[in-house]
Amino acid sequence: MASTGMSDSAPPDPRTALALHPLDPAGRAWVDEAEARVAARSTAVRALFPAVRRHCGRDRLVEHWTADEAARAVLLLALPLDGTPLASELAGLFRHGDPAEQRAVLRALPFLDVPEEAALGFVREALRGNDSTLIEAALGPYGAARLPDAEYRQAVLKCVFYEITLDRIAGLDTRADDELARMLADFAHERVAAGRDVPQDIWPVVRAFPALATLTEKLAAETWAATPERREAAVRALKALQ
Amino acid sequence: MRIFDPHIHMNSRTTDDYEAMHAAGVRAVVEPAFWMGQPRTSPESFYDYFDALLGWEPYRAAQFGIQHFCTIALNPKEANDPRCRPVLDELPRYLAKDRVVAVGEIGYDSMTPEEGEALALQLQLAMEQGLPALVHTPHRDKATGTRRTLDVVRESGIAPELVVLDHLNELTVGMVLDSGCWAGFSIYPKTKMSEDRMVTILQEHGTERMLVNSAADWGRSDPLKTRRTADAMLAAGFDDDAVDGVMWRNPVDFYGQSGRLDLDEPKPDEESSFEGNSIRRGGA
Ligand SMILES: [Zn+2]
Repeated sequence: MASTGMSDSAPPDPRTALALHPLDPAGRAWVDEAEARVAARSTAVRALFPAVRRHCGRDRLVEHWTADEAARAVLLLALPLDGTPLASELAGLFRHGDPAEQRAVLRALPFLDVPEEAALGFVREALRGNDSTLIEAALGPYGAARLPDAEYRQAVLKCVFYEITLDRIAGLDTRADDELARMLADFAHERVAAGRDVPQDIWPVVRAFPALATLTEKLAAETWAATPERREAAVRALKALQ
Repeated sequence: MRIFDPHIHMNSRTTDDYEAMHAAGVRAVVEPAFWMGQPRTSPESFYDYFDALLGWEPYRAAQFGIQHFCTIALNPKEANDPRCRPVLDELPRYLAKDRVVAVGEIGYDSMTPEEGEALALQLQLAMEQGLPALVHTPHRDKATGTRRTLDVVRESGIAPELVVLDHLNELTVGMVLDSGCWAGFSIYPKTKMSEDRMVTILQEHGTERMLVNSAADWGRSDPLKTRRTADAMLAAGFDDDAVDGVMWRNPVDFYGQSGRLDLDEPKPDEESSFEGNSIRRGGA
């Protein structure tokens, strides 16, 4: 199928991103010192992690990282912990984190030596919430590669409902399947039956699977519906689907 | 007219309120952590509440064009419950957040020793974090309570210009202004303080170091009381500049002392891993 999601190439290391797009000298000095303090005493991260953005700003560096997220990831990488102790320190940061801190934890997951169950716990908590920036971060490369099929499909559908365009989430090229296409096709039919438009970004997924034929049939029937809005929506959807 | 409500509990208000507030000129609010009517019995419920003040509520406010900041503290009522006191140990984590612009609401409610202890301790936290403090004055025995609060503030060593004493009235405003602290007034529909009395206080005491808020919450209250007070000021002969001073520049100056009042910050719903537009339908 045609490429629909974000590129599935691995995101760059946050230290590389910060090397290519340097912070101002004061911000860089702050990060260096914070990194040293965290390396010397892991609990120092609790006060430093929330303060990052005030020192490093929030500019976008590359596709995966803003300045604050990359700098926060650097502090996490400096933690002299791994396995379960790392998971429990991260759990505290995530549990008590504001949305910007939680996004940073989610984006750092591919680089941390943390047990998968703990990491997926953060991903799932973000996906249960209502904040679309967190839902999007949860469907980055780490979550998209590891969520079980049923959860991944539900998450994609949630993105469609929250108008997070599908080119912002990872894994679609490899994880889209018959069932996800069927769910999106049913969603499209539901929209048309309500006389509403269907978001364009779901069509590539529907087209690549057998759901295409079933939906085409249903939409053709909708062009005979009693209400004009419904007929017109069906015509528009059929046109977009072709 | 631009309005900054320096004390309002949006977590118990509706989207209709947000819409009406924006239409009335409200562009920024501070939501102090306080009690919720129903007592909490464990620290975990406080953390969920703090998370809502830092996450969900700014997200909601941004969808209506309003900047949302908060203050964090263990409030006086619940400082009396030993089950809630462990919250004090986790406060430094929360006080370090970007959108936290003061410690508060702290202060006295029933004038107990536990309240006094929590007040003194949290004033120390404010000094450690370089944050202002929002101090609630008791509704019962207010004058005595306010005097006692000023003593604790003085003993703490915090700079008076970093402290606002709130819910003041005709009998407490003088001593608070004399102390060098800021004076806060909560304008309510029936009780405590009305917009006309507020105008009289401004005529008698001037507009410097004065903060006017709606303190709207889950009780009978009105989130447009800031605007109504501004209109009453104009009707009484104050000029636009005086109104702007009280309704916008004063709260900006007070909370700006935190160094964290970033009024240009993009709205939370504009943040995502990619540039470009995305319209949020919000909740689906
Ligand atoms: Zn209050």
